[in-house]
Amino acid sequence: MCHLQRQWPDPALELASSRVSSTTELRRTPLYGRHAAAGARLVPFAGWEMPVQYGGIREEHIAVRTGAGVFDVSHMGQVETTGPQALAFLQRLLSNDVRRIPEGGAQYSVMCREDGGVIDDLFTYRLADCTFLTVTNAANHEKDLAWLQSHADGFDVDVVDRAADFAMLAVQGPRARDLVRGLSDGALPGRFRVCERTVADAAMLVCGTGYTGEDGVELQLRPDDAPEVWDALLGAGATPVGLGARDTLRLEVCFHLYGNDMDESRNPIEAGLGWCCKEQTGFIGADAVAAARKDGTAEKLVPFAIEGQGIARQGNPVIGGGEVTSGTFSPCLERGIGMAYVSTARAAEGTPIEIDVRGRTRPAVVERKPLYKKGA
Amino acid sequence: MADPSYPDDLKYHPEHDWARVDGDTATFGITWYAQDALGEVVFFDPPDVGAEISKDQPYTEVESVKAVSDVFAPLSGEVTEVNETLADKPETINEDPYGEGWLVKVKLSDPSEVDALMDSAEYQATLD
Repeated sequence: MCHLQRQWPDPALELASSRVSSTTELRRTPLYGRHAAAGARLVPFAGWEMPVQYGGIREEHIAVRTGAGVFDVSHMGQVETTGPQALAFLQRLLSNDVRRIPEGGAQYSVMCREDGGVIDDLFTYRLADCTFLTVTNAANHEKDLAWLQSHADGFDVDVVDRAADFAMLAVQGPRARDLVRGLSDGALPGRFRVCERTVADAAMLVCGTGYTGEDGVELQLRPDDAPEVWDALLGAGATPVGLGARDTLRLEVCFHLYGNDMDESRNPIEAGLGWCCKEQTGFIGADAVAAARKDGTAEKLVPFAIEGQGIARQGNPVIGGGEVTSGTFSPCLERGIGMAYVSTARAAEGTPIEIDVRGRTRPAVVERKPLYKKGA
Repeated sequence: MADPSYPDDLKYHPEHDWARVDGDTATFGITWYAQDALGEVVFFDPPDVGAEISKDQPYTEVESVKAVSDVFAPLSGEVTEVNETLADKPETINEDPYGEGWLVKVKLSDPSEVDALMDSAEYQATLD
């Protein structure tokens, strides 16, 4: 055996990775030594050498659904936008209504080209009235930064690359908040809120956000502090979790992965991200998004579950038109799940579809988001 | 998961398969290295009993959470039995790759093909 037809990372991400790092060494997070010592399987991901799993994807996945897991996501980037017109600038660049982020608040949005193509999906934290921190996908960070800076003319803002200033840890699961609270000097921020705290003797931003469908927090901290904070979180009972389970967790709750589920060839409407687009704000791409919303799109991204055996993977064709963009085995549902673009006529919940999984036809059903529901 | 091991009584194929040969029949499976590279197996798609399989050609697939992999036949022949217990417990391939995690039994069409396979030491030398 072992011609792995599809091994982590996904081909699209490998492409992204090769763009970033074709001539440079893979980058390592401040926790590389911790991962190596823990016996993690380390793989190239978006130009970084990242842990895909420590023990096994399924047990790490279940740890997050039932307890608390900690992910090193220091490969993700940060861009700080400051200045008197920071709000006006971000309102022009980001799809959501940035005015609605209170100080100490967080908001999800996409950044679009003029034609509506999605450049990246992003969380933006409002740290102060005129200070915003935006978290980028690792493979897109340089592209995002260049796009933001190239549109800053005419605005009284500074757009600063802060990626090297932050390590990032996600602590997720039903026990995550209690675990972090036990190491913190004060109460944790609520959902979609952010505040400064000292956790395990390190000053950091604690954010009430995540990518797993579980409650929890994300920590933005100085890279030098990351190893000791990591040790403290593990000491308090958090399970280290790799990018493999991060992918299965996010797919069970239908969170998008940039590069798989949308890219610059897709607009937010067909990608199912119209909810974070507020065209009346006049963001770049708003006209194209408004047109797509009004006229409809030929295809739509839908979640699906395989009926019976088989696991669809990224790139598998949907018979009759369309393609799987993310596919995996769901540890909680114990079946093949995924997301696929299908013709809008077949995008309604409950529609039977068939997927060509390497030459074998696998029946599937279009489902409602999220595929995995807490307590179900 | 079991510790690395490559039993001396097996023959090995460079695509990380093993064969336990007994006269003109053999049992096939994947090696410790293969199951470790794949991770926890969640799905085994067995061939049909009676299927003709050919040395060096894929005859089935195993899948872990993140990856799917073709399984190559170390020898040629006709499938006489498939490991039915793997339908419910595919992780057995990880837990006991040379025992309860066997994949198929085969009536060999050309037992002399065995001469082309590696012994344990030769196979281990191919693993980085």
